Amino acid sequence: MKRWLPLLLFVALVGFFAKGLFLNPREVPSPFIGRQAPAFTLPLVGDANASFSPAVMKGKVWMLNVWAPWCVSCRQEHGFLMQLAQAQPVPIVGLNWKDKDREADTLLARTGSPYFAVPDDLDGRVGIDYGVTGTPETYIIDKGGIVRLKHIGPIDPEVWKSKIEPKLKELGA
Amino acid sequence: MIPELGHFALIIALLLALTQAILPLYGAQRGNLTLMGVARPAAQGQFVFVALAFACLAHSFLTNDFSVLNVAKNSFSQLPEVYRFTATWGSHEGSMLLWVLILGFWSTAVSVFSRHLPEDMAARVIGVMGLISSGFLAFLLTTSNPFERLLPAALDGNDMNPLLQDWGMIIHPPMLYMGYVGFAVAFAFAIAALLSGKMDVAWARWSRPWTTVAWAFLTFGIMLGSWWAYRELGWGGWWFWDPTENASFMPWLAGTALIHSLAVTEKRGAFKAWTVLLALIAFSLSLLGTFLVRSGVLSSVHAFATDPARGAFILGFLAVVIGGSLVLYAWRAPKMITGSGFTWFSRESLLLANNVILIAALGAVLLGTLYPLLMDAMGLGKISVGPPYFNSVFVPLMAPALFLMAIGPLARWKEASLPDIVTRLKWALGVALAIGLLLPLTLGGFKPWASLGFFFAAWIALAVLAGFVDRLKHGQGSLMHKLSALPRGFWGMQLAHFGMAVGVAGIAMVANFQAERDVRMDVNSHAELAGYSFVFRGTTEYDGPNYRAARGTLEVSRNGKQVATLHPEKRIYNAGGMAMTEADIHPNIYRDIYVAMGEQLDNRGAWTVRLFYKPFINWLWFGALMMAVGGFLAASDKRYRIALRRSEVPKHIAAQGA
Amino acid sequence: MKPCRIKHGLLGILLAFSLPVLADDATSAPAGALKEARPIADDPVIEQRMVNLADDLRCLVCQNESLAGSHAELAEDLRREIRSQMKAGKNDKEVIEYLTTRYGDFVLYRPPFKPVTYLLWLGPLLFLGIGGGAWYMTLRRRRAVQAAPVDEKKLAAAAQLLEEDQ
Repeated sequence: MKRWLPLLLFVALVGFFAKGLFLNPREVPSPFIGRQAPAFTLPLVGDANASFSPAVMKGKVWMLNVWAPWCVSCRQEHGFLMQLAQAQPVPIVGLNWKDKDREADTLLARTGSPYFAVPDDLDGRVGIDYGVTGTPETYIIDKGGIVRLKHIGPIDPEVWKSKIEPKLKELGA
Repeated sequence: MIPELGHFALIIALLLALTQAILPLYGAQRGNLTLMGVARPAAQGQFVFVALAFACLAHSFLTNDFSVLNVAKNSFSQLPEVYRFTATWGSHEGSMLLWVLILGFWSTAVSVFSRHLPEDMAARVIGVMGLISSGFLAFLLTTSNPFERLLPAALDGNDMNPLLQDWGMIIHPPMLYMGYVGFAVAFAFAIAALLSGKMDVAWARWSRPWTTVAWAFLTFGIMLGSWWAYRELGWGGWWFWDPTENASFMPWLAGTALIHSLAVTEKRGAFKAWTVLLALIAFSLSLLGTFLVRSGVLSSVHAFATDPARGAFILGFLAVVIGGSLVLYAWRAPKMITGSGFTWFSRESLLLANNVILIAALGAVLLGTLYPLLMDAMGLGKISVGPPYFNSVFVPLMAPALFLMAIGPLARWKEASLPDIVTRLKWALGVALAIGLLLPLTLGGFKPWASLGFFFAAWIALAVLAGFVDRLKHGQGSLMHKLSALPRGFWGMQLAHFGMAVGVAGIAMVANFQAERDVRMDVNSHAELAGYSFVFRGTTEYDGPNYRAARGTLEVSRNGKQVATLHPEKRIYNAGGMAMTEADIHPNIYRDIYVAMGEQLDNRGAWTVRLFYKPFINWLWFGALMMAVGGFLAASDKRYRIALRRSEVPKHIAAQGA
Repeated sequence: MKPCRIKHGLLGILLAFSLPVLADDATSAPAGALKEARPIADDPVIEQRMVNLADDLRCLVCQNESLAGSHAELAEDLRREIRSQMKAGKNDKEVIEYLTTRYGDFVLYRPPFKPVTYLLWLGPLLFLGIGGGAWYMTLRRRRAVQAAPVDEKKLAAAAQLLEEDQ
């Protein structure tokens, strides 16, 4: 009955559109899920002699939070990260992304730092290696150094409860 | 006060639209002349009130009334007056109001020019348009009220996006909407035919001019959008296959198929069900475009601020209107299949081939536009589908259509003679092949796509000529007399096809032989491109009405003779600090010289400058313009206007279609 | 119009097109030793390669723009990265792989040909095939259909209408 064909095709299309209303076309999924977190060695903010590298975190579940002093949403997220740093054991490493004005050090001194370490990614190369497109973005990396989750946008209590915390528990944090 | 008046006017318009929809449609079903007679005045009344609402919104913009949220978000006190006016349609809410205004305009036009239609058909057509108006007015009033107040009022507005502060903004959206929305008339005619259960050939004659005029406006609107993007965006491109561009192009493809299919239905009574389906599809694609651009399901530079709630409303509306029309089609269409016979090689078979190719192309564009969404919705990941895909797929698909375009107009209805056509076209083929092969060589090297493009352009143009030769062979009188005796439908077709040839030639040339250079220019330095010499004379600063600009001076010469002095600008807009590049162009029939400034390099006046040489680019716009004019010309053919004089059809006969 | 004359006329047009004549103003241009502007790119060959590649790549932080044309900072970073990769001798395929391992297929404006995109790439061909089939079936049907018998009264009425409109 080919006269019903146009209608059937249309109904299928409407179904897709309805689903599409709940999706965000600009959210880029990470191809790193399930892959080894890329290696790097970066100096720390405020102490160029010391350095950080993901290998240091092997054996622990940890979070890599990509942020920048000039990023407004990161400021919003900062308060909640401070709470997390106090309240739970998973270390948060704060990758300082493209901080051209060198403000990270003074900012963290003023507001306090939730970070286990603050590697300094001045030219954004490590960001590119991790597929970072903006800030804030947070990766959860497991004990073997495999990326298990990427969250784009600030972490708030809602996101923590629904997305991050369950994942951390699952990985045996 | 005025915004509230506008708001109130919209409510009245909605009531009138509902009246315009419900009473006549019921009346047509029942054969009740009084109810059917409500259609025309209701449509006209609705238009008056929508126009009043539009005037109120425009007034708010022109008087800088920042207590209206829409004005505060989209306008600015220093904005030049003309852009304050165009800001009326610069937002989602405002452009929806424009949509409804233009639909009201078309409804009124139908109400005036439909005296020759049987009363029940006119009632149904206007009634269906009333249904659509009602839906959009309800949408406006519930989710997208342009008259929402901002209290306390803002001190000033957020400013209009600088990209919109161009005279393209004045004309592109209205022309585009005239086209988009104009397909509602074809849609309404199709629904009316389906509702009445019968469709005679006269239906095609009535609906054809409306469809052709809408198509011509859409052609013009798309051309303006492309031209505007070329001038404004500063990277010399004119089509990006962006979802919003595709949203206007898809109805155009369907509309082109429709006007050709209507030709068969009008002349030969064939393809009735298919033509009706195409009319439904063309307007459905317009509605789909409206959805895609405002709902946030696709990512586009052109998209309005997105809101899933609005998206849901439009989707629901789409489902009802399109779904309903397709149900009606599935139910009623089989009764329409009749149609005369024709052979393998005839104008009908060639027009059918035209339709097949256009619909395949339409399918390809739709597939490419929606594929990222389809994959994401099925959890298969996210991909991007951009110009490389569309160009790879669309161009080869259109090639056979371009080839057949030369043959179709020369073929006879029912049974055409292949040997006859070969005789008439064989020298055209020869010359076209020669041009295709040789022209690229004279321009700097063999490029297969350029060859193909030039071949098609020459082939179609020469076939248009052959068409005239053919027609003028018969009949008596002087050449001028014979030419003026040719019907406008013929002139329109020839002009439109010729315009296509011109456009294809332009595309072939500019896509393959353009040149570009990005250079650092100190003051009084020179750069060469495509035989032209550019001397940069530095910049001067000045204050525009709502921006601060650095105005560059470039002297362009060729072979020692001065050609032009160009003044590209870099502007910083006062309201938001947004920077914009304002390119300067020296056009002529053979090429554009296009210059844009990049960044200031040092404090001695050096800048990065982008130089473009765009050969034949104006042929694109000019070709599209010819197509649009051809459409208008064809629609004004006297056989449609004769029908208007036949307004004395007795009413009781007219009402028999119940 | 005789075909011969048309042919000659067209050859003339063809010649005219192959020698673009420009109607330029004939005022004298500034002469003298002006400095030649340097291209922005240090290496025009690499630059052209980069632009050609970046034209088909997506700017990840824009609404819908190519990596070549976008002014966004990430786009500039990525263009810089591509240039340095190309200088290091990587070919186009390797550069693309570099980007897709980090950003996924989303960064490609030309979708890869994989099982999940077979429908996308083959779809248009499929549509044409289906349409062609429909064309064929329609024609086969139509050849056999006889025209409907003409109604003499309608014919006469039509003739009268036509006469009235002369």
